[in-house]
Amino acid sequence: MEYLPNILFALALIAGIGFFSRNVKRLSRNIKLGKAVEVNDNKSQRWTNMAKIALGQTKMVVRPIAGLMHIIVYVGFIIINIEVLEIIIDGLLGTHRVFAPLGALYNFLIGSFEVLAFLVIVAVVVFWIRRNVIKLKRFLKPEMEGWPKKDGNLILYIELVLMFLFLTMNAADFQLQQMNAEHYTKAGAFPISQFIAPLFDGMSISSLVLVERTAWWLHILGILAFLNYLYYSKHLHILLAFPNTYYGKLKPKGEIDNVEAVTNEVKLMMDPTADPFAAPAEDTADPEKFGASDVMDLNWVQLLNAYTCTECGRCTSECPANQTGKKLSPRKIMMDTRDRLEEVGKNIDANNGEFVSDGKQLLNDYITQEELWACTTCNACVEACPVSIDPLSIIVEMRRFLVMEQSAAPSDLNNMMGNLENNGAPWPFNQMDRLNWTQES
Amino acid sequence: MNVPTMASLFAEGKQPEVLFWVGCAGSFDDRAKKITKAFVKILNKANVSFAVLGTEESCTGDPAKRAGNEFLFQMQAVTNIEVMNAYEVKKVVTACPHCFNTIKNEYPGLGGDYEVIHHTQFLKQLLDEGKISLEGGTYKGKRITFHDPCYLGRANDVFEAPRELIQKLDAELVEMKNCRKRGLCCGAGGAQMFKEAEAGDKEVNIERTEQALETQPEIIAAACPFCNTMMTDGVKNKEKEASIKVMDVAELIASAEDL
Repeated sequence: MEYLPNILFALALIAGIGFFSRNVKRLSRNIKLGKAVEVNDNKSQRWTNMAKIALGQTKMVVRPIAGLMHIIVYVGFIIINIEVLEIIIDGLLGTHRVFAPLGALYNFLIGSFEVLAFLVIVAVVVFWIRRNVIKLKRFLKPEMEGWPKKDGNLILYIELVLMFLFLTMNAADFQLQQMNAEHYTKAGAFPISQFIAPLFDGMSISSLVLVERTAWWLHILGILAFLNYLYYSKHLHILLAFPNTYYGKLKPKGEIDNVEAVTNEVKLMMDPTADPFAAPAEDTADPEKFGASDVMDLNWVQLLNAYTCTECGRCTSECPANQTGKKLSPRKIMMDTRDRLEEVGKNIDANNGEFVSDGKQLLNDYITQEELWACTTCNACVEACPVSIDPLSIIVEMRRFLVMEQSAAPSDLNNMMGNLENNGAPWPFNQMDRLNWTQES
Repeated sequence: MNVPTMASLFAEGKQPEVLFWVGCAGSFDDRAKKITKAFVKILNKANVSFAVLGTEESCTGDPAKRAGNEFLFQMQAVTNIEVMNAYEVKKVVTACPHCFNTIKNEYPGLGGDYEVIHHTQFLKQLLDEGKISLEGGTYKGKRITFHDPCYLGRANDVFEAPRELIQKLDAELVEMKNCRKRGLCCGAGGAQMFKEAEAGDKEVNIERTEQALETQPEIIAAACPFCNTMMTDGVKNKEKEASIKVMDVAELIASAEDL
């Protein structure tokens, strides 16, 4: 019986981490449903980008208020997790504050965790106010209705509760230390929780131990639960921001990749020695589908992008089409891609590892043509994303499907392309008139 | 105006230093043709050895590519690259950020490797080399706001060259609330120029024009023929065309030099 808490703790830890790794496997399986793409060039630049953008938060501070608040929560999250290491060791070994022998350093650490926890509470409250009281426009777009809005608030509540549990635990501990309670080594500094401790005045040692233990258990169980909530929420960015910034686009933003399958076709067309009547060789692969109508047609970096999106909406608020009331929202493009990918993943799970057509696809069932045609390809969304997501590449890929597989461009664009084909200009002017301007005054 | 073609120079056994890629707008659009001519006047004045492709030039394929028609884009690209490679073109300058972006970034993968610069960068070089001089005067103290073309600015990180030119005119450069990396699109990119906008509550060019008007400019400077059209339409929509002009940076310089 003596070791019951240790065993329970080990079981909780194994369950939490086990479930989490199951989700990670599912996540990586889904991302790998995307097409292969080479992103191993220029490794040093990629590491630099990750260090600057994800670790250094350089793009967050473009918007100073949200940026500063985010840095607090981010730093708090990382630093306070050092404490989790101690909690895990304590839980497994049945020790209490196992790092206490570090002495002054330990006091400093615990003290700074407390200050950070307090700052995190402040930041989270500010975030909550921005979403629910000030009602910033970008948090209220149509794609945020329902679950995304709840999800956003839920994450804030969880963070708030975790921080309060941490401080309550310390406050009770502090009180117990002062009452010279057995097992409660005098260690740590409590710059914040010392103000909570007076609430416990007059409580017996046994009730205080109960408070301390309850807060301790709820805190670590809460962290394990939160870890597993990530996959079901928009919050995966705390992990995926790092690979996503690493694999982010290095080329100039204006450059759209040339489709290799098309290049091969064009080369063949331009080759005077090609035999126009030649039958394709027996082992020729089926002609490639041009563009994307579903998530499997996108490449894996685009799918990673979708899981990384935390729905902050900076892309949408910078989008010229969205600003002028069009249906296009780059954030919705990412959310739709992820939702569809999840749906495809569940389909595969339900059908023994094979995708069975469900009569749906990303195009039309999630993303409408009206949204796709409203894009000006201005790259404002790409520039705005704090974690290097590229919604534009998905839009272009889907336009390619519409035009090259379905000839479904708006008629104005068909006219433009007809002119281009016939006259070498988007307007109906003769190519032979290209120099006329030199003769005009 | 002296506008040699690559073909005529080639016939004389000559090779210009730089190919001036005029672009479709610069060749056919009445407003953009003025920009083309202004730029050529400067090239002539600075004795730049240049030529145009003339009737051998064809659309880069940018609007087709961005509309999703990769086939049409690559057909255009490969044809243009064949022509340019036949003339052994090394350096290309263009007054259109869309042509600039496409030739600079998307042609190399299809066999077209050139040094490509935008006309604002080229003008800045001419100025630095002392081949043109900008004595204030015409634009001294005038309030000029610069609209960043997406395909020059955000797409290719060219923000300073056009601004430095405007400042050299002794003009007062005023920035819009969205500028440089956060510049708002004029609404023409991604083949939008050639179609009606989707339903919404406003046209993008009106939104951008309103941002420009907030700076109370006398001139809205542009560096792209399409932005120029969009901003000109926006200013007309606001009935401000009598007091506010939309001008390309090349036109500002050509008129300051009184060419």
